[in-house]
Amino acid sequence: MKTSQKVAGATANYVDERTGAAKWLKKNLTKVFPDHWSFMLGEICLYSFIILLLTGTFLTFWFDPSQREVIYNGSYLPLSGVHMSAAYDSTLHISFDVRGGLLMRQIHHWAALIFMSAIVAHLFRVFFTGAYRKPREFNWLIGVGLLTFGIVEGFLGYSLPDDLLSGTGIRIAEAILQAIPVLGSYLAFFAFGGPFPGTAFIPRIFIVHVLLLPGLFLALITVHLMLVWYQKHTQYPGPGRTEKNVVGYPLMPVYMAKAGGFFFVVFGVTAFLGAVASINPIWLVGPYTPGQISAGSQPDWYMGWLDGLVRAAPPLETHAFGHTISWNILIPGLILPGILFTGMALYPFIESWITGDKREHHLLDRPRNAPNRTALGVMSITFILITLANGGNDIIATHFHLTINGIMWFTRISLFVLPPISFVITKRICLSLQRADRDLVLHGRETGQLVMMPNGEMLEVHEPISDAKKWTLTQHQQPGALPAPLPASATVGLKGKLRARLNRANATQVPAPTLTDLKELGDAHH
Amino acid sequence: MPDQEIIAERHELRSEEIDRDDLVSTFKERAETTGLGRRSLIKRTLGVALGLVGLSPLLLLRDSGPLPKKYFDTTNWSKGTRLLLDPAGTPIKASDLEVGAVAQILPELPTGTERTLENTGKDAVLLIRLRPEDFNLDPQRLSWTYQGIIAFSKICTHMGCAVALYEQQTHHLLCPCHQSTFDVTRAAKVIFGPAARPLPQLAITVDADGYLVAQQPFTVPIGPSFWERNSSNG
Repeated sequence: MKTSQKVAGATANYVDERTGAAKWLKKNLTKVFPDHWSFMLGEICLYSFIILLLTGTFLTFWFDPSQREVIYNGSYLPLSGVHMSAAYDSTLHISFDVRGGLLMRQIHHWAALIFMSAIVAHLFRVFFTGAYRKPREFNWLIGVGLLTFGIVEGFLGYSLPDDLLSGTGIRIAEAILQAIPVLGSYLAFFAFGGPFPGTAFIPRIFIVHVLLLPGLFLALITVHLMLVWYQKHTQYPGPGRTEKNVVGYPLMPVYMAKAGGFFFVVFGVTAFLGAVASINPIWLVGPYTPGQISAGSQPDWYMGWLDGLVRAAPPLETHAFGHTISWNILIPGLILPGILFTGMALYPFIESWITGDKREHHLLDRPRNAPNRTALGVMSITFILITLANGGNDIIATHFHLTINGIMWFTRISLFVLPPISFVITKRICLSLQRADRDLVLHGRETGQLVMMPNGEMLEVHEPISDAKKWTLTQHQQPGALPAPLPASATVGLKGKLRARLNRANATQVPAPTLTDLKELGDAHH
Repeated sequence: MPDQEIIAERHELRSEEIDRDDLVSTFKERAETTGLGRRSLIKRTLGVALGLVGLSPLLLLRDSGPLPKKYFDTTNWSKGTRLLLDPAGTPIKASDLEVGAVAQILPELPTGTERTLENTGKDAVLLIRLRPEDFNLDPQRLSWTYQGIIAFSKICTHMGCAVALYEQQTHHLLCPCHQSTFDVTRAAKVIFGPAARPLPQLAITVDADGYLVAQQPFTVPIGPSFWERNSSNG
C-alpha cells in the first residue's frame, strides 16, 4: 500500500471511530440529484453568499463603523481636508490605500447584486414549477425569509460607507419610520439614538450587517439545505420519473465535480466583474450631509421597486385632530410591500386551499400546465417591473428624452392596468401551449414536407413524436381532475363561494390527450 | 465522468403510525412525571415570567435614544437670525444675489452652538432670486420676500431629501429622490410628485447693516410629516 493511502486510511479510521461518519457518508456519496440547468440558481445564491462572507470579513479589518468626524488626508486628493465621518474616511482608505481593498469592495458589492438576483431567479423557478407544494412549504417560507432579509442586508451594506448617496437612503428610511402612526417619532429617535443623523446609526447597522443578519442567513441556509437533502430534490417529469423516485446523477463524482467547478465559475465571474466594472464609486459623491444631494439618486436594484412605488404614490396626507398621517409614505413604503410579501409567503397554502390538493409533489409542473399560477406569477413580475422602471424614472427620462411627469403617469395607470392584462394574456398563452401539446401528441410533428395526393390535394406530412416525448407531454395530472368537484359542504358561505369560484377558474384546461383519444384517432385514420 | 443516470427511491416522509403514537404516549408520560399539569402555581409563574421576558425589550431598548419631545417642530431660525452662505459661512446681502441665482443657506448660530449635521438637516434653506413680478403670492407671503428674494426650507416635505434641483426657466424646484416638484413663484406649492405639502417658506428681510435676516422662525415644522405634526396651519 502506498503511503498516501495509508495516511488516508488512518485518518478516516480516526474520524470514523469517533463519529461513525462512514455509514452516513457511504450512503450519501451515491445520493442522486436530478439534472437541470435551473437547479443551479440556488447554488449561485449559496456561492455568492460564501463570497460575501469572505470579502466582507476582509473589509471589516479596515472599515471603521463610526460617525465620529475626521478630516480626510488620504491619497485621494480631491477630498483632501474635507470633514467626513470615520466610516466614509475608512471606506476611502480601503478603496485607495489598502492593497486589494478596492477590488474586495467591488467584489463584495457585485456578489451582493448577484446574490439577490440569484435569489429572485431561484424564486421564479420554484414558483413557476410548483416546487413549493407539499412537502416543501417550510423551504418556501425560509426562502421568502432569506429574500426579505437579503433586501435589508443589502440596504444596510450600501448604507455603511456614509457617502452622500447612501446617507440619502438612510434619510428616507428615517422618514418611513417617522411616518408610522403614533410611534413614529419615538421609533426614529430610538433607532438613530436621537436626532437624524446622529452618531449611533452606522455602528448599530454595522453589527446588524456583519453579525446578526449573516448569522441568521447561515442558520436559515443550513436548514434550507438540510431539508433539500432530506426531502430529496424535485425533478422535471419524463419517462421513468415518478413521484416515488428520483432520477439523476450521483453526488460522487458527478455532482461533486459539477458543484465544485460551478463555485469557481461563480467566484470567477464575480471577481471579473469586480475587477473590470466600477460599482458604487463613493469618492465621486463625497461625504453625507443632509443639506446636499446628488442628481440621479438611485438605490440598488433590489430596492428599486420600493423606491418606484414611493415615487408613484399620489400626495395623500390626512390632517386631523392635530395629527398627521402620511399615506404617501405608508401605503407604498410599508402597507403594499407588507401585503406583497405576506401573500408570497402564504401562496402555497392558498393554492392548496383552492385546489384541495393535500398530496406530496416531487414531479415539477411545466408552467403551461398550471395556467393560473403561471399567470399570477407573470402578473406579479409585471407589477414589480413597472415599479422598478419607475424607480429609475429620472434616468429613463434623461436617456430617452421623456418627461418625468409622463413616465410617472404611465406608471400610475399601468400599475393597475398592465398586471391584469398580463394575467389574461399569460393564461391564454398557457392554454394555447396546452393545445399545441395536445396536437403534437395526437397528430405528431409538422415536418414541412408537402405531398400531393393523386387527386391533387396537398397535404403536410406529420411525423409521430417519440413515446418518451408523448409521455412527458401527457403525464401531468390536470387541476380539474383533482378532488374537484369540491364537496358541496365546502362551497357554502362567502369563503366557500370564493373557494369554489377560484377552484373553477383553476380547472380551466385543455384536456390532455388520453390513450382513448389516441386510439379513436388511430381508428379514424385507418 | 459517468454519464449514466441512476434511479433512487424516495422514502416516505411521514413517520410510521406506530412511531407517532409512541411519541405522543411517551411525551404524555414524561410530562406526567413532572406533575406540572397539576401544579397551577408553577404554570402561572412560568407564564408570567415568560411574559415579562417578552416585555423586557421595552425597558432594555428605552436607552437607545432620548424622547423626541418637540424636536421635529423647531429649527434654529428665529427673529433676526442672519442668513449665512454655505459653505463659506459669510452673511449675505441682497445685492450678492443676481436674478436667477440660487444659494444654499444656513442660519447664524448663537455663539457656543456648534454646527452639526443634525442642525443642517433641519436648518438648510434655499435662497432664490426672481424678478419680483414673477411672484404669484398672497400679500402676506409677498411680505416674507425681499426684493424678489425668497427663502424655503431645503428639506423635502415628503421624505426629507435635500430639494436641490432648481430649474431657472420654469422656477421649479425638484427633489431628486422622488421627483416632488415645487413651484417657487407660488410659495413652493406642490405641482407634481408624492409630496403633500409645500416647502415651508422662511420670512426674510434685511437688518440695519443690509444683511439678510429671518423675520421670524418657520411658522410650520419643516421636513417630512410625523404623527404629532399639527398640520392645521399648513
